[in-house]
Amino acid sequence: MTLTVLRPGPLALLQDAGRRGHAADGVGRSGAADRTAHARANLLVGNAPGAVAIEVTLGGLAVRAERELTVAITGAPAPADIDGEPAEHDTALPLVAGQTLRLRTPKVGLRSYLAVAGGIAVAPVLGSASTDSLSKLGPAPLAKGDELPIGAPTPVTCRPALSDPTPLGEPVTTLRVMFGPRDDWFTDPAALTTGEWQVSPQSNRVGVRLDRADPDQPALRRRRNEEIPSEGMVLGAIQVPPSGQPVLFLADHPLTGGYPVVAVVLDDDIDRAAQMRPGQRLRFVAAN
Amino acid sequence: MITGAGGRAWSVRPAGDRAVLLETGDPATSVAVSEAIQLAGSTEIEDLVPAAATVLVRVVKGTDLTEFGRRLLDLAGSAGSADGDTAAHDELVIPVTYDGPDLADVADATGLTRAQVIAAHTGTTWRAAFVGFAPGFAYLVGGEERLTVPRRSQSRPRVPAGSVALAGTYSAVYPRESPGGWQLIGSTDASLWDETADPPAAIQPGRWVRFVATGLAGAA
Repeated sequence: MTLTVLRPGPLALLQDAGRRGHAADGVGRSGAADRTAHARANLLVGNAPGAVAIEVTLGGLAVRAERELTVAITGAPAPADIDGEPAEHDTALPLVAGQTLRLRTPKVGLRSYLAVAGGIAVAPVLGSASTDSLSKLGPAPLAKGDELPIGAPTPVTCRPALSDPTPLGEPVTTLRVMFGPRDDWFTDPAALTTGEWQVSPQSNRVGVRLDRADPDQPALRRRRNEEIPSEGMVLGAIQVPPSGQPVLFLADHPLTGGYPVVAVVLDDDIDRAAQMRPGQRLRFVAAN
Repeated sequence: MITGAGGRAWSVRPAGDRAVLLETGDPATSVAVSEAIQLAGSTEIEDLVPAAATVLVRVVKGTDLTEFGRRLLDLAGSAGSADGDTAAHDELVIPVTYDGPDLADVADATGLTRAQVIAAHTGTTWRAAFVGFAPGFAYLVGGEERLTVPRRSQSRPRVPAGSVALAGTYSAVYPRESPGGWQLIGSTDASLWDETADPPAAIQPGRWVRFVATGLAGAA
């Protein structure tokens, strides 16, 4: 029994909590970009927080229920309707067989999560059904006509507490960073925490590319221009290539890299980083 | 910086609130230290990424990084370097047809004949220092110094799976088709990536590898 994709929108991917412990295979974690919103959607329909759900980028998804299903939408508040009737965000929604759920473009935020009670039952690759866009692992992006098998809902005995939704729509997003490991490669690493940055349209699940909105603000200039011998990269790392345009790594980041990392965004602030849209202004504040 | 048991200087750098970066200085030491860390079996470790001169250690939420970094330095100091590693080991033997499109360029760049390039590449046992760049892509160290070559000035949009390559002091086999800028000296039919196998990557960090020449291509 399935959920049929009538229209995928700009980008709809299957994501769970990602691949753990495959660094020795050269495989990164991947998984939902906004982990809080993903877990919340699953918990709202009674799934385990790491169940497979749909990560919808900038709305546009339309799906038809082929049987009675319970779904929930979290993350970026894409206006939704069920057969034309407005559907609420961030709550469990019942669908009967044949009904169509449509998501429009959210006004704030970037990624919405659609969870289905029972989870989406696709075969895992290396322990996860997440699509890793960089390593080309896991299922292909959703396409028109895809029929997604849905698992049997599990009776919930003890429902875990919901964590607060990721705050969205601030005019300027503030992200906390810890400097290092390679802040000593820059003439003035504090340029990172000076003034505002802006999200470039060339951003994706690998990373958020950052520009200076105001060219008079200080650039991140490197003291040394050689490549670093390849070293491990973490989620949230802010890597600076010779161009000086930083990249903030998200879920599908490379496992190793050869450009210096000036600072790393705190783990608790990654979900907000993953919801920033192109053009969004942001600033960094030092946590250490 | 803290001096380890071997009289060697180690240091730990911060890498956010969930990881630390241990500087090892060279790839062989990264392998030795990673093995020692794994053997110690700390429950707070989520993932280890050994690399050219560092080991990145990612830990579970709530770990006290200062205290963890101190323990890591103790462990690293007792692991020492891999230089003295003389224990018996299994080699993965990879049959190679030395027919790569860059074999002539590598011969030019190194001042060797093609036959000498092949002899040098097959003449030493290599060891996987770390993986990265792509799933199953292992950076092999332990080659002859005269095989050191730069990357190609232009990278290729598509390098076929099984391509045997050189760049810097490293050798590697492309496990899947991908873009790539390394010098391609040969190819193998050996399967080095199988996402249904456990582990999926045939060459893991620390694995010993020997190349043997097959066929006649490039033998002259």
